[in-house]
Amino acid sequence: MAVRMDLTVGPIAFFWDAERVREFYRGLAKAPVARVVIGEWVCSKRLPFWRHEIPDAIAALQQAGKEVALSTLALITLVRERKDTAELLDMGLPVEVNDLSALYHIPEGTPFQVGPMVNVYNEGTLQWLAQRGATRISLPPELPLASVAALAEAGRKAGVAVEVWGHGRVPLAISGRCYHARLHGRSKDSCQFVCGDDPDGRDVDTLDGQKFLTVNGVQTLGRTVTTAARQIGELEAAGVASLRLSPHIGDFAGVARAWAQALAGDREALLPALDRLLPDAIFSDGFLAGRAGASMGEAVA
Amino acid sequence: MMELVCPAGTPTALRAAVEAGAHTVYCGFADESNARNFPGLNFSRAELAEAAAFAHARGAHVYVAINTFPRAGAQQIWHRAIADAETCGADAVILADLGLLAYAAERHPKLRRHLSVQAAAANPDAINLYASAFGVKRVVLPRVLSVQEITAINREIDVETEVFVFGGLCVMAEGRCSLSSYATGLSPNMNGVCSPASHVDYRDQGDTQEARLGGFLIHKTPKGGVSPYPTLCKGHFVSPDHKGNAIDGHLFEDPVSLDATELIPQLQKAGVKALKIEGRQRSRAYVAQVVRAFRAAVEALEADQPMPAGLLRQLTEGQAATTGAYRKTWR
Repeated sequence: MAVRMDLTVGPIAFFWDAERVREFYRGLAKAPVARVVIGEWVCSKRLPFWRHEIPDAIAALQQAGKEVALSTLALITLVRERKDTAELLDMGLPVEVNDLSALYHIPEGTPFQVGPMVNVYNEGTLQWLAQRGATRISLPPELPLASVAALAEAGRKAGVAVEVWGHGRVPLAISGRCYHARLHGRSKDSCQFVCGDDPDGRDVDTLDGQKFLTVNGVQTLGRTVTTAARQIGELEAAGVASLRLSPHIGDFAGVARAWAQALAGDREALLPALDRLLPDAIFSDGFLAGRAGASMGEAVA
Repeated sequence: MMELVCPAGTPTALRAAVEAGAHTVYCGFADESNARNFPGLNFSRAELAEAAAFAHARGAHVYVAINTFPRAGAQQIWHRAIADAETCGADAVILADLGLLAYAAERHPKLRRHLSVQAAAANPDAINLYASAFGVKRVVLPRVLSVQEITAINREIDVETEVFVFGGLCVMAEGRCSLSSYATGLSPNMNGVCSPASHVDYRDQGDTQEARLGGFLIHKTPKGGVSPYPTLCKGHFVSPDHKGNAIDGHLFEDPVSLDATELIPQLQKAGVKALKIEGRQRSRAYVAQVVRAFRAAVEALEADQPMPAGLLRQLTEGQAATTGAYRKTWR
């Protein structure tokens, strides 16, 4: 019989001020999620503004019985960023690798986790990572269900928990160039932290007004809220261990509660509940369905 | 002399490249195992064996790109590609996937392994990891680094570096981009295609021509004018801010292509071993022209002469070229 899935909350993608971060993790401590990945994921320049919130957030989450892991950056280039990555390991918590170069700092055999920004597309890669010490892998969001099922099976054999993108604007690309800064005619080094104006990212629409993408500093996300709401049964049957919820502004704890209720059995209520919680959201599940990621298939009968 | 690594999508393009002075030609098999999986392009096994013999007889090398990420449940397609590349006489395989690198290192230890740009190894730690874990001998650097960053990387690694100097320009970290599959369902990583022609639609609307990808409007151009190919990250979009003011333009990158010819001397000083030209989808005539120009450039460098500038302007996409991230303008 399939084991019930649980919920993992990924790192905050956007540039939130310290107060918003504090409020978010305070609320999350009470939410029905099993684990939380925390850390700056997108741009190292943001970290000094909220780094001091991390110890208290970790303490509150752990006190509430949640597992906590620390995320690396998704694109590590500067010497300072490499040093920060090496130092993450000294904090004594599991590290979620989101740039493969972080593995260079993790001694072989030390357990680690793998985030959705690392390319795990097949059994061979999963097995190599497992041998290296991976205990948990959050799969790239573009994978279709058939690949997810094959990887969940490989994960079961290798003792690796497999996690799938469950909810949130999905990361599509990362660059050496900051697009928020470029919008304002600035370079990355002189960005003046304009991404802080857009706590849920900045919309990128087509010339004929279609909602398309979201810019978040050096990261580009989808404009839709990618959801696994209609694939819960298939993911559970495939042996997927957990679904990842990606932080957004609004009633995120409410979103987590709706998901927890769906995983406990009330699946039909999930999409209507999400619609109520996020009235402006456009949902998509094309990636899992093996179609264009931005698309939402017909309702399953 | 710096090594010129030139593209070939067909056996005739390969012969043209070798005859025009390519030190090395890279190509792929006609299936999803390589990142230029376009209809009518790439090599059968017999064609590759013949091409390798042709190149070797003229002192040139052949690298085989097997640089997509194998599909779960179908890894044997990629495993067979590695075995066949070795049998056909490839001088190296260009790989991106961790599992495939591990497989090649274990099963084909004598076959030289290069790290594809699709692996996005953008710092010395990543490169040293691939070198120590899989015996990678060369890394193709992502097009998101400046010359200064490349210089610094070369100080900390023992493997050779190869960089793109001409052709298409990815502005996102390569091998880590699913913009294409978000709009079309097909991606470089899984399918070996980006912004695929099968999902492009051109439509006339009054005086303008619209180019769509997967139904999304990528740009509008005046009817009769030049309409660049609708590559997603080179599109014309609109971004409204929270106050309702909108900025419109090429928000990620203009429809430009890469031309780093003038930076070749700096790249050599940065310790770069090989220069790579993008364009396996290009015609034989294009390949021959570009290869001749670049051979002249590396010969000039060797003879301490200035770089011939602007030689290839007319060949670049949309008539505009950029030095990309190499000049550090992004930072």
